[in-house]
Amino acid sequence: MMQPELRTPTVGIDSVEHAARLLPLWETAPGWKGFFTTVDHKQIGIRYIVTAFVFLALGGVEALLMRVQLAGPNLSVLTPEQYNQLFSTHGMTMIFLYASPILSGFSNYLWPLLLGSRDMAFPRLNALGYWIYLASGLFLYAGFVTGNGPNDGWFNYVPYATRDFNPGLNEDFYALGMVFLGISVTVGAANFIVTAFRTRAPGMSLNRVPILVWGTLTASVANLIVVPAVSLAFFLLWMDRQFGTHFFDPAGGGQPMLWQHLFWIFGHPWVYAIVLPAMGMVSDGLPVFCRRPLVGYSLVALSTVATMIFGFGVWVHHMFATGLPGLGLAFFSAASIAIVLPSAVVVFAWIATIRLGRPVITTAFLFFASMILLFVIGGVSGFMTASVPVDLQLTDTYFVVAHLHYVLIGINVFPVVGAAYFWFPKMTGRLLDEKLGRWNFWTMFIGFNLAFLPMHLTGLLGMPRRVYTYADYGGWGTLNMITSVGSFVFAVGVLLFFVNVIRSLKRGALAGKNPWDAPTLEWSTPSPPPPYNFAVIPTVASRHPLWEGRLGGDGALSSLDRGMMLDHGKETVGTSALDAVPDMVLEMPADSIAPFMLALGLSGLFVGLLLKSWTSVGIGGAIAALAILVWLWPSTELREREPAHG
Amino acid sequence: MTGWPLNYLSSAGLRAREVVPLTWYMLVVSIVVCLVIAALLWAAVRRARPEDRSVNIRDIPIERGSSGIRWISVGLLASAAPLAVAFVWTLLTLSATAGPPSQPGLVLDVTGRQWWWQVQYSASNPSEVFQTANEIHIPVGVPVLVRLHGGDVIHSFWVPQLTGKTDTIPGQTNLSWIQADRPGRYLGQCTEFCGFQHARMQFEVVAESQEDFDRWVSLQRQAAAAPATQEQTRGLSLVEYRCGLCHKVRGTNAGAISAPDLTHLMSRRTLAAGTLVNDPANLMGWIQDPQYIKPGSLMPNQYLSAQQLSDAVAYLETLK
Repeated sequence: MMQPELRTPTVGIDSVEHAARLLPLWETAPGWKGFFTTVDHKQIGIRYIVTAFVFLALGGVEALLMRVQLAGPNLSVLTPEQYNQLFSTHGMTMIFLYASPILSGFSNYLWPLLLGSRDMAFPRLNALGYWIYLASGLFLYAGFVTGNGPNDGWFNYVPYATRDFNPGLNEDFYALGMVFLGISVTVGAANFIVTAFRTRAPGMSLNRVPILVWGTLTASVANLIVVPAVSLAFFLLWMDRQFGTHFFDPAGGGQPMLWQHLFWIFGHPWVYAIVLPAMGMVSDGLPVFCRRPLVGYSLVALSTVATMIFGFGVWVHHMFATGLPGLGLAFFSAASIAIVLPSAVVVFAWIATIRLGRPVITTAFLFFASMILLFVIGGVSGFMTASVPVDLQLTDTYFVVAHLHYVLIGINVFPVVGAAYFWFPKMTGRLLDEKLGRWNFWTMFIGFNLAFLPMHLTGLLGMPRRVYTYADYGGWGTLNMITSVGSFVFAVGVLLFFVNVIRSLKRGALAGKNPWDAPTLEWSTPSPPPPYNFAVIPTVASRHPLWEGRLGGDGALSSLDRGMMLDHGKETVGTSALDAVPDMVLEMPADSIAPFMLALGLSGLFVGLLLKSWTSVGIGGAIAALAILVWLWPSTELREREPAHG
Repeated sequence: MTGWPLNYLSSAGLRAREVVPLTWYMLVVSIVVCLVIAALLWAAVRRARPEDRSVNIRDIPIERGSSGIRWISVGLLASAAPLAVAFVWTLLTLSATAGPPSQPGLVLDVTGRQWWWQVQYSASNPSEVFQTANEIHIPVGVPVLVRLHGGDVIHSFWVPQLTGKTDTIPGQTNLSWIQADRPGRYLGQCTEFCGFQHARMQFEVVAESQEDFDRWVSLQRQAAAAPATQEQTRGLSLVEYRCGLCHKVRGTNAGAISAPDLTHLMSRRTLAAGTLVNDPANLMGWIQDPQYIKPGSLMPNQYLSAQQLSDAVAYLETLK
């Protein structure tokens, strides 16, 4: 039995000797060894961000190919099968491999810095989440590049996805890839939840965390609840396809509708999971450029949670046309209309923040502020689809395509690029170029609206979605040409962003600790932050530790320079869930190869399942089991066992 | 059919007409909301004075300012009112469009198939039952109940001028209904993704007077006429031997049912579910090379000789 060691951490201030003690404890080894073993949330966060942007670029190129095919009526640049794989892969890429991981990346990088902690609660799990994301992304794309990409949309309805109608490996790649990716999402969500509740700096009670934390926390809770539904659905599909089960086959007593319920019970909360953290970025970033605190912090935080609660009750609005009883539809219609209200709270909070503040125009500000308008446009078109009879006309036309792009580009891409302008200096120590930033912003903004605003009209004129070509009914051709031109302009805008990032990495102006004079803890660390983030653990007394004394009133002051030293080992502090009272010293694991090995083993296992190569399944499974053994082997450093005696 | 045959901001039938005012209401509310928000945002942002743009952000002091909660409460109330109206109106419209106002005068069975529509007109006398494809004739002013079946994968039945969408799902029967206000041809389109040729899966609803409709029905009930010329006779045996593996021509040995019924092929306006106008030249092209015209279509290329092709078309042209 392990004896608890009671000790009160020393409190002190940072010094050269103190930093010299911390650095070797936290530093990642240089070279390949460090690359495969690091558990530093900052490195993992940046990997997520870079990987997600690569997928954004891939998905964008897929979109441009489709826009060439659709630029005019009756074109044949792409075959129907190529088009179908492109639009399915585009959806899969943007929704699963870009929109969610990019937010995980920012949150992974930022959370411990925002929370005044030295790492995420489970650093190795964090590394595992990234490696599995990368592996499952490569797995899914291996299907696409070999001509076996998903070809039934990201929503993947049965029976078209079953083997009778879809005999290739396309759907097996997609089904197994999604089950694989689900592991990454699940471990990431669990990690965020525990991190939010257990590793906040002393004094950072739950009503003092940045809204980004509320957003990602809410999304993570939702993901833990709904991801099992979609993983199950894809698993059952794979069983139907490969082992002759009949979960979805009506001839064997199965139900095509089962797929739709399982998918959308997951799918709609997922939409909120990929916008709420991005809305959090705006809620935290915008006030900095308005030189005042966010209007209605508590209401915004509550709205974040309320949106998700409503979000669990709206999935059937994807299924209004499936013949469900009208009374049932009315409830989902009500929930879908009511969900506008929490969004309205947030929108008015943002507008009031600008109105009652003193706005300073920066590129980040432009992305955040313009997002408000794009959010509203995407919101009201969503409100239109919430009305059952109206939706029965709107659904599956280009109106919905316009709607969902306002939501996903407007509420995800715009805030994310804004967040990149905002936090890039923290991550790299250099500012992105503001002048190029303006070109970047205006090209994206104009291109996006040129592409997608007229698309509402295309939809109202009846053009159906997911068609590889179309006849020129009353101007569809012109509208589609405008959209195609706009999409290329938008793509140039995104390219300018990448150019700015690459140029500024070397040549950007030096940022210093806090280039925007922002209020939260991450800006109290050097840019980029040292591996241990905080030399001493700060104690927090307000929502705006770095603005204290400037907001009037005489509240208690946070202590940033003096705090727990925690330099006996790789340590950070654990605090209570609501009030963040320190209650334990957390021993953090050292860098480890186990997460990479586990991801590698699972990759072998999934490839084996795909090819029905049971040898590969066995070897992959054995590697995975070995990795878990290494991972869980009790270590003295983590105080999981007594040091050996004598 | 000119203009925007698939638009749903206008209507030509009772069920669609009930929805149009609600659609306009929601559209106008949405546009007004966007304009108001854009104006508020613009007014708020333009307060950034030009001299602030070059200034160091640190030089602008942080101020707590007023709480701004009034903005949220006013905004919330202003949003709630149109939402409440939308919801009540939605329920009323939902109820008004749920079923036809009176007993349906006609019941049809429509089956979505990759990538065409099978239409069956039932009758109490089995010899009067007939099937057609991609063209639905209905009498004007009569409520028509449409029973929707999934033939293979999920499709969706949509005639925007007459009704919103209802999916055709294997293993269940869904109901839709239509009632045309005036004679005309109304375009329908599959709107659930269903594979290669989802794009080319259209149909037409032909609304006509009761007399015209009755005439059409009695014509459709007849079996195919016997061939009159040598060419047509050769054509018939070719059709029975080649086309009859999938298609049916009532009154001949072509009796399969996995593709459109051809008994009155030439009475239909289009070929291949709205892909081509039905004329002899297009028919020849379609028979010879459907995979070029509609790639992935379940109809294989036929590779007929010139003689065979002209024989086949000569016979098919008699199927009026």
